[in-house]
Amino acid sequence: MDNFDPLMLARMQFAANITFHILFPTITIGMGWVLLFFKTRFIATGLDHWMEAYQFWVKVFALTFALGVVSGITMSFQFGTNWPGFMNTVGNVAGPLLAYEVLTAFFLEATMLGIMLFGRGRVSERVHTTATLLVAGGTTLSAFWILALNSWMHTPTGFVMIDGQAHVTSWLEVIFNPSFPYRFSHMMLASGLTVAFLLAGLSAYRWLRGDSGLAVRASLRTGLYIAAAVIPLQIVVGDLHGLNTLEHQPAKVAAMEGIWDTQQGAPAVLFAIPDKATQSNKFEIAIPKLASLYLTHDINGEVKGIKAFGDKSPPVAPVFFAFRIMVATGLLMLAVSWLSVWQMRRSNRDVGVPKTWLLRVLVAMTFSGWVALVAGWYVTEIGRQPWLVYGVLTAAQAASEVPASNILFTLVTYVTLYAGLLFAYISVLFHLARKGAPANMHVEVTHA
Amino acid sequence: MLNATTALVMPDLSTPAGWLPIVFVLVMALAMLAYVIMDGYDLGVGVLLRRADNEAQKDSMIASIGPFWDANETWLVLGVGILLVAFPAAHGLILGSLYLPVALMLVALTLRGVAFEFRVKARAEHKPMWDKLFYTGSLLAGWSQGFMLGHLVTGFETHWASQLFSALIGLCLVAAYCLLGSGWLIMKSEGVLQLKAVRWAQASLWLTGAGVAAISLATPWVSERIFDKWFSFPNVVMLIPIPAVTLALFVVMARSLKRLPVRLAQGNEYGVAVPFACTVGIFLLAFYGLAYSLFPWLVVDELSIWQAASSPEALMVIFYGTVVVLPVIVGYTVFAYRVFWGKSTALKY
Repeated sequence: MDNFDPLMLARMQFAANITFHILFPTITIGMGWVLLFFKTRFIATGLDHWMEAYQFWVKVFALTFALGVVSGITMSFQFGTNWPGFMNTVGNVAGPLLAYEVLTAFFLEATMLGIMLFGRGRVSERVHTTATLLVAGGTTLSAFWILALNSWMHTPTGFVMIDGQAHVTSWLEVIFNPSFPYRFSHMMLASGLTVAFLLAGLSAYRWLRGDSGLAVRASLRTGLYIAAAVIPLQIVVGDLHGLNTLEHQPAKVAAMEGIWDTQQGAPAVLFAIPDKATQSNKFEIAIPKLASLYLTHDINGEVKGIKAFGDKSPPVAPVFFAFRIMVATGLLMLAVSWLSVWQMRRSNRDVGVPKTWLLRVLVAMTFSGWVALVAGWYVTEIGRQPWLVYGVLTAAQAASEVPASNILFTLVTYVTLYAGLLFAYISVLFHLARKGAPANMHVEVTHA
Repeated sequence: MLNATTALVMPDLSTPAGWLPIVFVLVMALAMLAYVIMDGYDLGVGVLLRRADNEAQKDSMIASIGPFWDANETWLVLGVGILLVAFPAAHGLILGSLYLPVALMLVALTLRGVAFEFRVKARAEHKPMWDKLFYTGSLLAGWSQGFMLGHLVTGFETHWASQLFSALIGLCLVAAYCLLGSGWLIMKSEGVLQLKAVRWAQASLWLTGAGVAAISLATPWVSERIFDKWFSFPNVVMLIPIPAVTLALFVVMARSLKRLPVRLAQGNEYGVAVPFACTVGIFLLAFYGLAYSLFPWLVVDELSIWQAASSPEALMVIFYGTVVVLPVIVGYTVFAYRVFWGKSTALKY
């Protein structure tokens, strides 16, 4: 087992967990608000298909929520088992933020979920709608706290170090640290996009299988309109987030751009294979001076290269490629959502759906939100390496002394489990879409 | 791995550094207690699932815990969360020593939580598989928690005797969860299932009793200090009510379980809450006894709550939040239990 670096294993294990975990809250955050939208449309119009849409998607929500809860429990243990040095050094910052997440958000969502799922008929319609609102609000609040902590790890402010421990001087500066507004908006919009393409993809699938009911149409339209509206916003916010990163974490931007040497009039590298050994790019395709233009708004502006940061720079290739995957997925989302909305509006108002081939594209893009999301998180998290808290604590300093063999064993177990569950999740979503029967006909549990 | 016995240094309790750790160890203990009782009954129902005769019974059993299990598990996140944020040194030490059982528990809780959803949403032919995973997950989660409890009271010894002891405590905790689960089902179900639940409770009773006795006897034996705490005069007189009341609760429960089938056959629901209430009472007393033995240590004779605590300023920030939010949580939890009060009905949405 000596061949395995415990630090690398601990990082892989944590990454596997958090990657698996993030998939599900990303859906529930946005989906909570979509459910509230369906519910309020039903109340406002009295049209049954809004309730039908609600009843289909609430199943998806419940399943997704369960996966989020169980993978979240794992996270709460791994903070301590994998990174004891994290709490020992910055526990005074991270502790209260995590505690507030559990206290204000977790219980609220979990308790109200019971009423939202099973309470109709036991509570008034108004209380049920309120429960739905509280679930949606709870998921968003939980994102607020955890992103405040994550952003602080990237751009720590509002604290002093005394005897190797962070002590908070201003909670406002800790929570609203420089990257927080950008990261929070970026993540909320990412959640919206993920849900939009999930709505559109599964509804397109149902449509293609001949389920052309009003509920399917309403879900498809809701998904496409959200996607078309959110994606341009996301591109703008993403760009602003990038400029914020340039200001606070220039090494990450250098890796994203694949720029090794500090230079004026830096090129925008479209494609390359970054080579760690030679500290240069192979097969580079680049547009001269463009990177300087969009990063510094000056065609000859200076952009720092990776070499300028010595051993305090992240691994280039994963950051570089993940960034391109994210951007490419975003552009594809833009093209597909706008084309779909355009076709939908142009076609006969009675039908009001995109053409068959485009529906197939939408089915293929059902989980495109996840692709962009995970790629984006890899950019920002790997881009922070070797730091765990930027400029304060490295991952190596925070690592535990758990034997490598134990970490490896559990890593393999977790990865196998997660792969199986992911497969089951995706197949069950499509299975639910195939069943597609109106939910009120579909009694799940019978009891005398 | 930890051997040196540390002397207890108690800071001035009128300062925040003195009283805040006490408050948080209390909140953590209450969260863990809430977890053990609330997730305990739903884990128990999961273990008992295999004893059901048919699909309809299984569905009823799961319907009885459906609206609650998410929130029940959140108490574990709160308990471990407080351990993490209020006693970071202990979180790393305890969970590091329990690395593999913790991993087992996490995998088990994951399987069981998702099986709950998958069993009704996946293809019908996969339902038995998810039911099996639900059962296995519930069983292993309960067992690993008992295993960890065994290690906690034996001071994380790695000796084989200690491992064996912990493994047995694991079995006893599973039995105790089954007792809670069947008590829950006696209240929430009707007809054949209700009668079966009475029999399940009778079967779990003795192993639960053995577990409580084993923990009670082992704890003083592990540390001389704990022994003195219990058996020196006049403590021993003051403490006698704990085992006495526990024993009385067992007797009351055994009698109630004997009488219930006759009453239920006559359609008389009188006393259906007695087994569950008695079990909760036993859990409370056992927990109190354990807390009395361990306090103020997080790791017996090695790490006290004051040694492990975060800085008072961070604890103070969490303290304010807890004081405001915890009552609200308790409030809407009570509300949710009232909404689903009475016999469980079909779960559909």
